[in-house]
Amino acid sequence: MEQIPNEYSHINGWGIDADPKNEPTYPMKNYTGDDHQRINWERPPLQNVTVEILKSNERPNLTAVFGTSSPPSGLSGAIRRYAFKSSESEYGHWLPLLLADRINVVEGIIDDLRQGHIPNIFAEKGWKADWKYNRIGLAKNVLIGVAVTTALIVLVNRKKRKSAL
Amino acid sequence: MLAMNYRGPFRVRAAHKPYPEILHPGDAIVRVTRSCICGSDLHLYHGLVPDTRVGMTFGHEFIGVVEEIGSSVQKLAVGDNVIVPFNVACGTCAFCKQGLFGNCHESNPQATAVGGIFGYSHTAGGYDGGQAEFVRVPYADVGPTIIPEWMDHDDAVLLTDVVPTGYQAAEMGGIKTGDTVVVFGAGPVGIMAAKCAWLFGAGRVIVIDHLEYRLDFVRNYAQCEAYNFRSMEDPVLFIKKTTDWFGADVCIDAVGGDASGSPLQTITGKKLLLQAGSATALHWAINSVKKGGIVSIVGVYGPTDNLVPIGNVVNKGITIRANQASVKRLLPRLIDHIQAGRLDPKAIITHRVPLEEVADAYHIFSAKLDNCIKPILIPPSARK
Ligand SMILES: NC(=O)c1ccc[n+]([C@@H]2O[C@H](COP(=O)([O-])OP(=O)(O)OC[C@H]3O[C@@H](n4cnc5c(N)ncnc54)[C@H](O)[C@@H]3O)[C@@H](O)[C@H]2O)c1
Ligand SMILES: [Zn+2]
Ligand SMILES: [Zn+2]
Repeated sequence: MEQIPNEYSHINGWGIDADPKNEPTYPMKNYTGDDHQRINWERPPLQNVTVEILKSNERPNLTAVFGTSSPPSGLSGAIRRYAFKSSESEYGHWLPLLLADRINVVEGIIDDLRQGHIPNIFAEKGWKADWKYNRIGLAKNVLIGVAVTTALIVLVNRKKRKSAL
Repeated sequence: MLAMNYRGPFRVRAAHKPYPEILHPGDAIVRVTRSCICGSDLHLYHGLVPDTRVGMTFGHEFIGVVEEIGSSVQKLAVGDNVIVPFNVACGTCAFCKQGLFGNCHESNPQATAVGGIFGYSHTAGGYDGGQAEFVRVPYADVGPTIIPEWMDHDDAVLLTDVVPTGYQAAEMGGIKTGDTVVVFGAGPVGIMAAKCAWLFGAGRVIVIDHLEYRLDFVRNYAQCEAYNFRSMEDPVLFIKKTTDWFGADVCIDAVGGDASGSPLQTITGKKLLLQAGSATALHWAINSVKKGGIVSIVGVYGPTDNLVPIGNVVNKGITIRANQASVKRLLPRLIDHIQAGRLDPKAIITHRVPLEEVADAYHIFSAKLDNCIKPILIPPSARK
């Protein structure tokens, strides 16, 4: 340090051991000092907001560009909006989002049915590949499926019989 | 156009979607000629990443032909063949300016901890990805790089992620000449990390996984040692012994939150989602590196938190270095390595699947069927 900047002149030894070459993040980061300008870079033109975009509350504005896939909708959308009231540091952000993801799956099936499309869940799970490369695994899955269904039927029948008595 | 469509954990299909539009003057529309499925996509596919919405198209590893450009795009022309890095990066924020293209601050409104990534949930920006016939590519003047005439397009598509990520994993390891480097994970990323560790002067490279076919492959491909953690009682002890009870100089986590090997981690991390994926490989990495050693993490974990032995990080004076790969920063060097024959990425491709069969491709890659290492998807419009 050749000259101590005025604002630190009252601190004896300020910057005396600073070593700009000790930059452990290089070459991942080519330190330029831009960090101390904070978020005041010249921004790219801003994308128009055409669909609902949820924004992290850890930033002041939307980013200059963003994706427009699958905007929030329905019950899952309402939960997602709620989640964005909490910061990325909170469980209150991530756990509701996971819940919304699971509810969204059911909404997806309802949407499919509404459009007259019965989702072929086996095909969507890629079971055709199991038939080709993993017959033992497939057989296991089918057996488990059959066992669970049988157990359910037995259980339901028992209950019915009980209530008939 | 045809595109992969996410329906819920373990359920995807190919379905029709509207053709993407230019939404910003810096955008381009790219007609995809090849895209890959990545280990990162498996975290989405397994339902581990919060805000993964039904109807989204995944895919952050793709190349293609520029079909349309926005009014301000200058470096690309319609008809160019381009490599599109997986990071959406503006090139002008403080992070991009300093080479941190994986940490752009102008590409993801929905989270500040991660930059925009194509087709990688709304937590990474809500972009529809490249497992489709067409894709919208923002900041087309920044990321996309023209594929050199001489380059095989199978190599080019692996430059969008796998090669730079493996390379950066080794780079972040701060490898000194002669160092012993242990790579956890023999997936595409770990294989590449092992191969690249030699480029930084490693003296010994050891890969740990439990899939024999991948261990066999990496042993040959990266000319390294490769061991099955199922055949050891304790992988940490194994590494201590094989490094003269000293510990490895550098450990690389190329596994991430889908790790197996510890029932407690698997149950809390993958079944109950009490942590953001299972941190087994990271745990082993921290505990098997030497005192004062370096742990380099490229394996991806979710955004909440994970159980790792942080006390040992302190007591051993470990340096942890980690990031999403900064693809754009590394491309020039990696293109050189491929041209000179030092890297041969396309050798890891094992499956070529029509986009229509995307559900089978995901299942094959996720369940590790048919000795799968890296599957690529070919859209119908690229097969004509
Ligand atoms: N940081 C980045 O920029 C970046 C980019 C791409 C991929 N990734 C991440 O890198 C990781 C690997 O990606 P991939 O495409 O190679 O995935 P992959 O799923 O094909 O490979 C992971 C490998 O790890 C093995 N494994 C599981 N548990 C293990 C353990 N405890 N110890 C050692 N090996 C274990 C698996 O058997 C598998 O072979 C993923 O987490 C992915 O998300 C990060
Ligand atoms: Zn990837
Ligand atoms: Zn940026």
